[in-house]
Amino acid sequence: MAHGPAKGIARWLYTTNHKDIGSMYLWFSFAMFLLGGVFALVIRAELFQPGLQIVDPNFFNQMTTMHGLVMVFGAVMPAFVGLANWMVPMMIGAPDMALPRMNNWSFWILPFAFAMLTSTLFMEGGAPNFGWTFYAPLSTTYAPPSVTFFIFAIHIMGASSIMGAINIIATILNMRAPGMTLMKMPLFVWTWLITAYLLIAVMPVLAGVVTMMLMDIHFGTSFFNAAGGGDPVLFQHIFWFFGHPEVYIMILPAFGIVSAIIPTFSRKPLFGYASMVYATASIAFLSFIVWAHHMFTVGMPLAGELFFMYATMLIAVPTGVKVFNWTATMFKGSLTFETPMLFSIAFVILFTIGGFSGLMLAIAPADFQYHDTYFVVAHFHYVLVPGAIFSITAAVYYWLPKWSGRMYSEVMGKTHFWLAFIGLNVTFFPMHFSGLAGMPRRIPDYHMMFADWNMISSIGAFLFGGAQVLFLYIVISTIVSGRKATDKVWENPEGLEWTVPSPAPYHTFSTPPEVK
Amino acid sequence: MLNRAHGRSPWLLAPALLVGSYQSLAEEVERWKYNMPEGVTPVSQNIHGLHMEMFWWCVGIGVVVFSIMLFSMIFHRKSRGVKPAHFHESTTLEIIWTVIPVVILILMAIPATKSLINLYDTSEADMDVLITGYQWRWKYDYVDEDLSFFSSLSTPREQIEGLAPKGPHYLLEVDEPLVVPINKKIRFLITANDVIHAWWVPALGVKKDAIPGFIKESWTIINEPGVYRGQCAELCGRDHGFMPIVVDARTEEDYRAWLQEKQAAAAAIRELTSKTFTFDELYARGEEVYNRSCAACHQVNGEGIPGTFPSLKGVGVAVGPIDHHIDVVVNGVKGTAMQAFGPQLSEVDIAAVVTYERNAWGNNMGDMTQPIDIYNHKQGN
Ligand code: HEC
Ligand SMILES: [Cu+2]
Repeated sequence: MAHGPAKGIARWLYTTNHKDIGSMYLWFSFAMFLLGGVFALVIRAELFQPGLQIVDPNFFNQMTTMHGLVMVFGAVMPAFVGLANWMVPMMIGAPDMALPRMNNWSFWILPFAFAMLTSTLFMEGGAPNFGWTFYAPLSTTYAPPSVTFFIFAIHIMGASSIMGAINIIATILNMRAPGMTLMKMPLFVWTWLITAYLLIAVMPVLAGVVTMMLMDIHFGTSFFNAAGGGDPVLFQHIFWFFGHPEVYIMILPAFGIVSAIIPTFSRKPLFGYASMVYATASIAFLSFIVWAHHMFTVGMPLAGELFFMYATMLIAVPTGVKVFNWTATMFKGSLTFETPMLFSIAFVILFTIGGFSGLMLAIAPADFQYHDTYFVVAHFHYVLVPGAIFSITAAVYYWLPKWSGRMYSEVMGKTHFWLAFIGLNVTFFPMHFSGLAGMPRRIPDYHMMFADWNMISSIGAFLFGGAQVLFLYIVISTIVSGRKATDKVWENPEGLEWTVPSPAPYHTFSTPPEVK
Repeated sequence: MLNRAHGRSPWLLAPALLVGSYQSLAEEVERWKYNMPEGVTPVSQNIHGLHMEMFWWCVGIGVVVFSIMLFSMIFHRKSRGVKPAHFHESTTLEIIWTVIPVVILILMAIPATKSLINLYDTSEADMDVLITGYQWRWKYDYVDEDLSFFSSLSTPREQIEGLAPKGPHYLLEVDEPLVVPINKKIRFLITANDVIHAWWVPALGVKKDAIPGFIKESWTIINEPGVYRGQCAELCGRDHGFMPIVVDARTEEDYRAWLQEKQAAAAAIRELTSKTFTFDELYARGEEVYNRSCAACHQVNGEGIPGTFPSLKGVGVAVGPIDHHIDVVVNGVKGTAMQAFGPQLSEVDIAAVVTYERNAWGNNMGDMTQPIDIYNHKQGN
């Protein structure tokens, strides 16, 4: 049974090995992260000063759209699926994913989806330019012809995510080693189990809404066209019914990652394991009944407005529980600050700041001033960059020695951390101010009163971008020439993945381990 | 201080701090707009209060949580020889830190609910203004006064392209502001003609989406005369960043005077419809209309943007039969970004812009059309 990988390109094309597929997902995600980052830098370069200097407003809109789509669907989601592929089987003592062939397929359709999406940049009329939220009728009647390719690309991404999610659920529910009861599973496994259910619930809704767009554009229906009896606001309801859980899809696995890292470097077990599980489940449940807080200004009836305001505020409770638990885990521990720990602590602090602005945004009357300004941009970048991106980075530093058998350079890792940490705050903190002062989002030019904050943001963005190039270098040099890692890697980490050699052999747990 | 051609470098703040002169520091702080304006209406002031209250709650909670983390990071380090404790569970603690946030949330929700109920009360308005979003300008209809007009960006292109110094109200200025009286309850009826826009004036605390096919309501009572500026807040296509809103609030008297003047001007335009113009008059007026209303899509040079907005130079409708040309401009092309300009532009302006398009950029069709022809076309003759 135990045999090594095939040779050459065939290994990657035909592989059904969870480690190979995990690596491909991670590399793909990093490539998309750089591409989406380049789009972001075009935006920040144009916004460096008032006036139009670098790009045409229409191209600017294409950049904001493509940046959002590529980061959400190309960078963050595939990175988490890649981590799940690598870690879930190793954490539950399974030999591989439950559905290995589907695993291969769900990865390999992704490059096609993104090749198609990116190719729209070169089409007549340009790429999608209606924002990553693609509100109708701007994305239907008024869209460039490339919108059809965008719809098809979204369908493929959705299919990939659904297959990935089914695979993860099947693996977790069926392939745990004897003794690995549900309440013994590492939190990363728990959070991914819940995330996978969210994916299965909402990706079909996204597929539905883009199909309705397709019908409106090509087949004469009027789902989102008032003149034909439809309603543009219907689009927003369906989109955000997908979109809000989507936000949690991008953050729940991150909770799992830091819940693994903080205890290791605090040398103390995770505080409140059970409450962490329940909090994750409550957040997932609440994520289905808060979608219209993205639409407070569409003019919903008062009762609707109040309901969505209260439900949204409630999310602060389970989220708070998580933050308190992480804090209590660190309290009276014996702390060291290796790179993964630095990223995790930054995660907790900055994600909490993003949570605060989220709470402010939940207050519907105040949202009338915040909505669609840079305050919102600051908010969601504070939850997504230190949230999703930092946790993924922490995970890479934490498990890379296990994957590659080699240790990264701690000095380099810490340099990367500080550059990224400073870059991030310099970029996104001033956006709170420009937003409150009245700068709408998605504009290519602005009044001089926003000039100072924008210039600072742009400088920070280039710093942050540079830090990620350093990250690429660190990962490659670790794999090529890092010093040998021990099997345990860290002082006393918890979890089955640390019981196998470093680098993890091509096949692990062919005979299930005994979990006590 | 706003008269800068470019944003002043943020690094200038540092010398200001070093010099330490209180005056320049205060000026700097004033210049760096960093918070929500209090505004000039009861609603905006109420929202500002809620915003600050929420902010201080968050600061308070943040200080507590981050202090504990910082304390651990400083005192519970391995390098200090600390041995880790082993506790990892406490139902009491979990209950405490579930219940306390719930209580805080209730304290937050009460004023927010009151404020929202007030915001939704659009009854008993003294006057109604119908606001319609277009790509990329606003139309204001004074419902009871038989008066309506468009309001578009008036910042010259040279300022945007950096060929001229930027004015003090760069991108926040329009040709025709919305003029309203103070101390009156004004109800806004908000809709759109093409895509979704959002009408937002921070100083009034009003932001409402303008949705094609639906009318949404909002209201305001302005306390002080003044000029208040805002922008479209919902991505609405290419020139989303270039459709500002200017509200000019005046005393009742001044408002009345302005109203009469406007109504007289509108009557004069109607008069012009029956007048016959020379080619040069039409061409000159047409160039102006074109640059204001059409160039955003078809471009100043008439060449459009391939794949999105057609070229009018030497091809298609502009060099075809004139009747069809008039029809396209008056009635638009259904289901495309080419809107019906019939209801938006006066007969004179349409005649002028059609004449212009047929003869500009080397089209040289040599023909022209009069306002009365446009009037007849609209009447279906
Ligand atoms: C919002 C963008 C937009 C604006 C503003 C706009 N147009 Fe158009 N225009 C279009 C589009 C898109 C078409 C192509 C419609 C189609 O698909 O047939 C078009 C088509 C036309 C055509 C027919 C071109 C041809 O050869 O088929 C004429 C003539 C025209 N516009 C004139 C005008 C005039 C005059 C104005 C200003 C009063 C104007 N347009 C403003 C978007 C715009
Ligand atoms: Cu708009």
